[in-house]
Amino acid sequence: MTAILDVRNLSTSFSTPEGAVRAVNDVSFAIEAGETLGIVGESGSGKSQIFMSVMGLLAKNGRAQGSVQFKGKEILNLQVDELNKIRGVKMSMIFQDPMTSLNPYLSVKRQMTEVLETHRGMSQDAALTAAVDLLDIVQIPEARRRVHMFPHEFSGGMRQRVMIAMALLCQPELLIADEPTTALDVTVQAQILDLLGKLKRETGMAIALITHDLGVIAGLADRVMVMYAGEVAERANAGPLFKSPQHPYTQGLLRSMPRLDETRANRLQTIGGQPPNLQHLPDGCRFRDRCSYAFDRCAAEKPLLRTIAETRAKACHLEAL
Amino acid sequence: MSTAPLLSVQDLKVHFDVTRKGLFGGPKAVVKAVDGVTFDLRPGETLGLVGESGCGKSTLGRAVLRLLPATAGRVVWLGEDLHSLDHGEMQQKRRDMQIIFQDPLASLNPRMTVGQIIAEPLTVFNPNLSGAQVKERIRQMMAKVGLLPNQINRYPHEFSGGQAQRIGIARAMINSPKMIVCDEPVSALDVSIQAQIVNLLMDLQHEMGMSLIFISHNLSVVRHISHRVMVLYLGKVMEIADRDSIYANPLHPYTQALNSAVPIPDPDLEKQKDRIVLKGDLPSPLNPPSGCPFRTRCPRATEICAQIMPDLLPASSSHYVACHHAGPRD
Amino acid sequence: MAVADIAVGTVPEVKGRSLWADARHRFLRNKAAVASLIIFCLIVAACFLAPHLGLRAPDDINWELESWGPPNLELGYLLGTDANNRDLFVRTLYGGQVSLLVGFTATLVSLVIGVIWGATAGFIGGRVDGFMMRIVDILYSIPFIFFVIMLTVVFGRFITLIYVAIGAVSWLDMARIVRGQTISIRRREFIEAAEASGVSKWRIITRHIIPNCLGPVVVYVTLTVPNVILTESFISFLGMGVQEPDSSWGTLVSEAAVVMEIAPWAIIGTGGILAVTLLCLNFIGDGMRDALDPKDR
Repeated sequence: MTAILDVRNLSTSFSTPEGAVRAVNDVSFAIEAGETLGIVGESGSGKSQIFMSVMGLLAKNGRAQGSVQFKGKEILNLQVDELNKIRGVKMSMIFQDPMTSLNPYLSVKRQMTEVLETHRGMSQDAALTAAVDLLDIVQIPEARRRVHMFPHEFSGGMRQRVMIAMALLCQPELLIADEPTTALDVTVQAQILDLLGKLKRETGMAIALITHDLGVIAGLADRVMVMYAGEVAERANAGPLFKSPQHPYTQGLLRSMPRLDETRANRLQTIGGQPPNLQHLPDGCRFRDRCSYAFDRCAAEKPLLRTIAETRAKACHLEAL
Repeated sequence: MSTAPLLSVQDLKVHFDVTRKGLFGGPKAVVKAVDGVTFDLRPGETLGLVGESGCGKSTLGRAVLRLLPATAGRVVWLGEDLHSLDHGEMQQKRRDMQIIFQDPLASLNPRMTVGQIIAEPLTVFNPNLSGAQVKERIRQMMAKVGLLPNQINRYPHEFSGGQAQRIGIARAMINSPKMIVCDEPVSALDVSIQAQIVNLLMDLQHEMGMSLIFISHNLSVVRHISHRVMVLYLGKVMEIADRDSIYANPLHPYTQALNSAVPIPDPDLEKQKDRIVLKGDLPSPLNPPSGCPFRTRCPRATEICAQIMPDLLPASSSHYVACHHAGPRD
Repeated sequence: MAVADIAVGTVPEVKGRSLWADARHRFLRNKAAVASLIIFCLIVAACFLAPHLGLRAPDDINWELESWGPPNLELGYLLGTDANNRDLFVRTLYGGQVSLLVGFTATLVSLVIGVIWGATAGFIGGRVDGFMMRIVDILYSIPFIFFVIMLTVVFGRFITLIYVAIGAVSWLDMARIVRGQTISIRRREFIEAAEASGVSKWRIITRHIIPNCLGPVVVYVTLTVPNVILTESFISFLGMGVQEPDSSWGTLVSEAAVVMEIAPWAIIGTGGILAVTLLCLNFIGDGMRDALDPKDR
């Protein structure tokens, strides 16, 4: 079965006055049809830039190299008009801040029907009906009335739902969600995660869920990819990753989060040091400055991502944690 | 150990007038950001303040420090109502009460060095210290919060978020205050750095004995750091209790919903979780519901909830809840 | 190495890289701005060092040449002569002293008054702000030329008059800009932090607000100087400013304009130097704006 998205050796660099910065370094992964891949990382991990490269949304000073195939067709650095046949149609993206992603001057109806008329060739009436139906699916109450309103008239949670609805307009096969609930209150986040779960079950679309919140990943992801300093640190199915993380970074992340379901510890276990500075990375393993397991080989030789079990891979010299 | 409260907030209200200014004045519109909040804070204790957008927790934190004026009610600090003091007297009190902000870089003057930033509160209240003495105290403080003292001449933008927050903490601590209001101090930081800062705050509290008002929407962190927790919704207190009590046995439907909404990093538990999903959205603070503000989203709401705002009543000696239908989750 | 192991005071202090230093770097990378800065400095140096360059005196009359004569390189009359057979080039340099001096001092006055007025109004807000800005509005509405003519009528024609008039008008814009900046800065968290630390209002204005306003202010200053020079030129052109035997660029251009047809080199020379100076200042101002633009962060 061809993967929906097949990324091979993707590297993305940005040219800055202080020199080139490699935000993504030789990353490879695939997303199968219908699966949800969780991409976890903190600042400097490159998790968002991977998908900005995939969608052709890099800033002017960014350049992506490597290969990105959507259902077998190469799309990296494709011409804009060709790319537009795929993005927004077969592959959509939703972002952290819905307010800046929606045009404040156009009504929701206008923004949605425009897409339907252009990409799916619908008539105005058919488009309006389809738009209202979608708003219903994302649980916007009184969709028929609200479709005529403007983005600022919606609350944060509802705007996010409108954005999800817009992303679904052309029945995409892949939805890329970049920190979709980070800016939302926790009860609203619960509603959105619920909605994403429901959509996943009912439409069978693949989802790339980018977030720094491991709890969000735990509820939705089938497989998880942990990123650090632009590289993949570990890749596994969700269950095994959480139960027995094999990379010290993943283990450190899981241990440093206080959990409501566990008895309260007296002190949080932390990962020492600072988030990576992409312009001053250590030799060898990028994580070794902060790793409590680091030994000589870590400085001398950079660990490559290696398969350790059928569905697991990690970039670490340790045999097992 | 004295158990007299350090701080006693009594029926505090902070209302903002947002009347639209038409030619002849628009309709009167008031945002009741804090609408009748009462609680005590004891020396050495951490009170966690949780709630979502619009609950008034940040406004409350600032009103306690008199960075915002109170519309009604009292903020009694060591026996004196802060909002009745004149400007000069209040300025003197500021030595003992400080604040740490959510966005570490925004809370530091970009044109001042780290040394100057940390020195400012010190020199305001100790104008007679010599330059060398000030510098010495700053370097010690920097070491205490985990910063290299030789960075003293650097500027805020040269630091990472976590380090900038340590600068903010050093500034707040330099005069050894009795209370610090922490307004979402770790929300803007990476997860791995959050743990460092939380540990730092707890260590400093252990060493210096100050009280903390820890405002956050992150329930897991609040549970870790607080002794008692207060839950706010649209400016009113829903529940306030000892930490263990409120997490093990939340009695207010809103607290229960909050607890169940927090995603747990364990796929099995998450998939099995019977999550309470609240219906609807937060009501507009300009037009809060009558009676109990939570009733529009509450699974237990009945008629009485629309008519009367429930009082904050004790369910046990250290657990208070404001709900007509308080009780464990069904 | 653990932080606790570092004995306080033994490791040498690291020098910080302030935002001004960053801006300076960016400015120096801007070729047009740097070139303009160099040219401008040369012009200023030439004008103010003119008495020491071994040139002819500005009121030296050469009876052997014709008036408004063409440039005479053997005798060293780079721009020829003016109506009274004086060296036009030297007079242009000396005139530059007046114009540049007016430019700098009037701008300095407007800077000081404008910054203090605007920062105070913006910070205190409320009725005080309203009152202070209404005064600005009222002064704005006074037609500038009327004002100058009135001053001329009352006090006669003196250079100081120009300084006063221009200074009295330029600070208004500065006050508005600084007030706007102050209002946006006032809301920022580090101001709240200063209040919470017990810092006095005056100290907040001077140590926190004003240093953070200075970006746009610096840019505005470099753009005010050419405005002021142009204004002075205009006043003198109308005959109300600098008087004989002194000259300023305005008077020189004014005289040269009259004889434009028979002595085109005169207006090209005098007008040209004025234009180049203003152009340089504008480039420098643009360079500063780009250098201080926070979006580059």
